[in-house]
This record gives sequence, structure tokens and C-alpha cells, in this order.
Amino acid sequence: MKILVCISKTPDTTAKIAFTDNNTKFNEAGVQFIINPYDEWYALVRALELKETLGATVHLITVGGPDTEPIIRKALALGGDEAYRVNTDSQDSFYIATQIAEHARKQAYDLIFTGKETIDYNGAAIGGMVAELLDLPYVSIAAKFELNGTEATINREIEGGEEVVKVTLPVVVSCQKGMAEQRIPGMRGIMAARTKPLAVVEPVAADALTTVSSFELPPAKAGVKLISPDNVDELVKLLHDEAKVI
Amino acid sequence: MSVLIFADQAHGKIKKVAFEAVQYGAKVAQQLGTTATALVLGTAANEELEALGNYGAAKVLHVADARLNEVEGTVFTKIIAEAVTSEGAQVVIFGHNFDGKAIAPRVAARLKAGFVSGAVSLPDTSNGFVVKKSVFSGKAFANVNINSAAKVIAIMPNTFALEPTDAKAAVTAFSPAISDADFKVKVSSVETVSGEVPLTEADIVVSGGRGLKGPENWGLVEDLAKSLGAATACSRPVADTGWRPHHEHVGQTGLTVRPNLYIAIGISGAIQHLAGVNGSKVIVVINKDPEAPFFKAADYGIVGDAFEVVPKLTAAIKQLK
Repeated sequence: MKILVCISKTPDTTAKIAFTDNNTKFNEAGVQFIINPYDEWYALVRALELKETLGATVHLITVGGPDTEPIIRKALALGGDEAYRVNTDSQDSFYIATQIAEHARKQAYDLIFTGKETIDYNGAAIGGMVAELLDLPYVSIAAKFELNGTEATINREIEGGEEVVKVTLPVVVSCQKGMAEQRIPGMRGIMAARTKPLAVVEPVAADALTTVSSFELPPAKAGVKLISPDNVDELVKLLHDEAKVI
Repeated sequence: MSVLIFADQAHGKIKKVAFEAVQYGAKVAQQLGTTATALVLGTAANEELEALGNYGAAKVLHVADARLNEVEGTVFTKIIAEAVTSEGAQVVIFGHNFDGKAIAPRVAARLKAGFVSGAVSLPDTSNGFVVKKSVFSGKAFANVNINSAAKVIAIMPNTFALEPTDAKAAVTAFSPAISDADFKVKVSSVETVSGEVPLTEADIVVSGGRGLKGPENWGLVEDLAKSLGAATACSRPVADTGWRPHHEHVGQTGLTVRPNLYIAIGISGAIQHLAGVNGSKVIVVINKDPEAPFFKAADYGIVGDAFEVVPKLTAAIKQLK
């Protein structure tokens, strides 16, 4: 079995969000970058569990510049077998999905895992687009994934509940919490990752269908109005008369 | 040319986010000098379909096929693409909910359409076609230009206030070519929390954190929520320790909610939690620690013991109603 895990570089969850160059670029000063948590904790670790229990080869792909290599090495240290980096800085989801689909077409994967979304752009787009470009079924926002032969049983989140679906491989799955538990790479993994193959490939021609023109921060809050714990009626009155929300 | 809106339904009821999407689509149509058509897949009563006119749909295409009562992304994509062709639609609108996330990116890839998800503004067409979207898990916004002729936009739920009218839409049956073999993903069971408001659509959310000390105290949150007709939520540590189910977890790695009123009880307000709630219109924080970072993001706050304050608040709200 061959599994492809799509990984993305994102700022750490506690990073200060600020912009430079007239609000057109994310300010990377002092920011630590990580593997997008959904890609690492759920997609990659579940793929590694399948490798350990059923036997599989786990490939990694990221679409990004040389600055993404530390996170690729970390994913290899966790247990990925080989990695591919498509060398481009493009941020458009269709462009990125086209690159991943191009790679996947040559490799004939049984399973393609992505995180449910990145925590920086929050597009939630790549899995569905890759599935469409490869004409494969897509199960989004999966919380559980079990495999029996070539039939996968997947729990996916829906509005106000959960749905259990069955699908025959190959399939693209976007992963969220519940799929697996976070792991920490061991010293052996880190050493081994140094010599694992990381191929740099040039992008194929594709259109960038969107461009970010600028960023903005939400307006600052006016400040909290504190109410005495002995005067709960006052809060109810404010919510009713002033905020008009109840 | 027209604007097509995928109007999401469940059990024959059109979802609130679908009304929001239809209203958004109708406004985009107005900007472009065209009309809005809503597409409903699966069993739904005629009155439900006509009511989409209240939100600006001129026409409703309905595929009354019971096989479509549950979402299958491949099939839905095929049908939506067919409707796009038959309507000559250039813009397709979705809600950015679970169903939207399953279908919209597929549709965008099929149409080679620029895709913006989590949209929080109408397009600005003064210089290109720029849509504002939520990024960095609610901590910032990006203005995204769609460069392609075909465009797919998925709107953030609970962001656009509904302004219904009495207008009715003309309902037309739509018969796309689909076969049983198109259904690749088969639903074997569905577990829904019935009778409760979906968290992402709720107008009021009451949320609890570690300050509640244990699952046995959740009655406090539930009673307050009940008095307000609110949905209940929780912080990440609460979901991680299993006090509450994961689907109630609000924050950076959980759900993003944008209710009119978010009441946080015993939640300190870590940056990851704030990311999931800072789109809320009004935030009330109840916490015994005056240094809790959540107070900085709040509109109203009570520094006090939740076990004393919350029952009093519930009683005061019951009195008001």
C-alpha cells in the first residue's frame, strides 16, 4: 500500500499575527514555523499507524520553497519514508492542488491524506481539489479511519453529528482530531531523517486563480465592561437593552 | 450569466447557512446585473423551496431524488456543474459548513474557478473582484482577488444577517444525468445530536472551560443555555479530557463560531481559544481570575465564582423571558 500525506508549513499556533510591506505580507519576524497541526497530528500519524499495522510506504509532499525543508525533515523523522517538495512559492489552492495531483498521478497512491485545513489560510480546499483533479472520491473532515482490505470505513463530521461512510480505495481523506494522537520524533528518527530521500521537483504550468492583495487585523475591542458578581441583573439588562442580543 | 447558490438542506429543511448563501448570492447577482438561482438536492417540500425567494432567489432548481438526501461529494459536484452549464452561471456560492467543505473545492477545481472559502464580505468589484476572507483561524482577514472568469465563494456561517422579504421563488424540477454507479461514498450510519441547534449556526453559545472542575457540573452550562435557547460548547482541555464530546470544542483546532452572543464560563481565554470565537458579536466572560486573558477580548465581564454567578444569571434570564 502506498500513502501520500500532504503537509504544509504554518506559523505556530501561538504566533503573533502581524503584517508588513503595507499589509501585504505576513510578518515572519520572531515566528516559529511548524507542520500544520492537522497535517501532522492526524494525517501523518494515522498514515504511520497504518504503515505499522498493515505495512505501507508513506510519501510526503509539500508545495513550497526551500524554507519548508525543516518541516519536511521533521515529518521524515516522525516516520515518513520519502518526501517531495514542489519548488514554488505560489499560494493559490488550485495551483497547489494541481501540483499535488500531477505528482500523485505518476505514483498511483491507494490513499491520499491531508489535514482538514491549514491554520493560516483556512482554505479547507486542497483535499477536495486534488480528489476532483484525480477523479477520486473525497471524504472530508474525518475523525476516524479504519481499513479492511480495500474498503475504508470513515467517520466524518457533519452539522450536529457524525456520519459513518464506506468507500473503496483509492480515496482522498482530509483529517481532523480523533484520527490519531500527536507523536514526538525520537533521536533515531531524527538521525534517520537526515539521509531519507527528499526530491525537489519543479512545478508544472498551472493558473493561480486567486491572489491575496492585502491583509487586515480585526478592529480592537473597546474594552470590557465589568459588572459586579452581586449584580447579575445589571448584566441581563445590558445584554437586553444595550447589546440587544437577548 | 447568473449566480448559482447551493442551498444545503438536511431532512427536508433548508439550513440557515443556505438562506445566508442565497441572500449573499442574490446581492452578488445584483452587483453583476443578473439573477440568482438556488439549487436544492434531495427531498424537500415545495413551500421550503419557494421560501428561498424570501432571500432573493429568483428561481429554484430542485432535484427531487431521495438518493441525494445525504451528501456524496462526487455526485453533488457533477450535478452542480451541470446546473452551472444550464444556468450559464459564472459565480457559485456555498456555505462554508461541513457540506460546503466537502463539495465546494471539488466544484471549484472542476470549473477551474478561483475559490475563496470563509468569505466575510460581499465582493468589491471596483478594482477586480476582491472578497474578504477569514485567515489565521479568525485572527486576521485577507482580501483575495479572484482572477478567473468562473468564481466559487463559500461564505462563513452566521456572518450575514438575514433580511427576508415576502417574495417567492419559481421552482423548477431539474433532472441531471446521474446513475447509482456515481455514488462512490456510501453512508452506513448517521449519529446526530437531534433537537439541538448546530453550534456553527447558533445565535447564542454558552461555553464552559476547566473552571467548571468536572463533567458533573455541566448542568450549570446546560441550564443557562436552555434559558437562552443557546447551543453549548467547550474549550479544548474540556474536550481532551473527555468531559464533553469533541464536536463541542471551539477554538483554533476545533470549530469556529460567530454567534451574536458568546458566554464563556471558567475559560481563561488562551490565544487558540480566542481564535475560534473572536468573530462573535458580543462576548461575556465569567471567570474568578481577574487576570484571565479572556477579559481583554470581552465586551462584558464578571469576576466571580461561576458556581454562584451562573445560577443567578440563569434565574435572571428566566425572569426576563
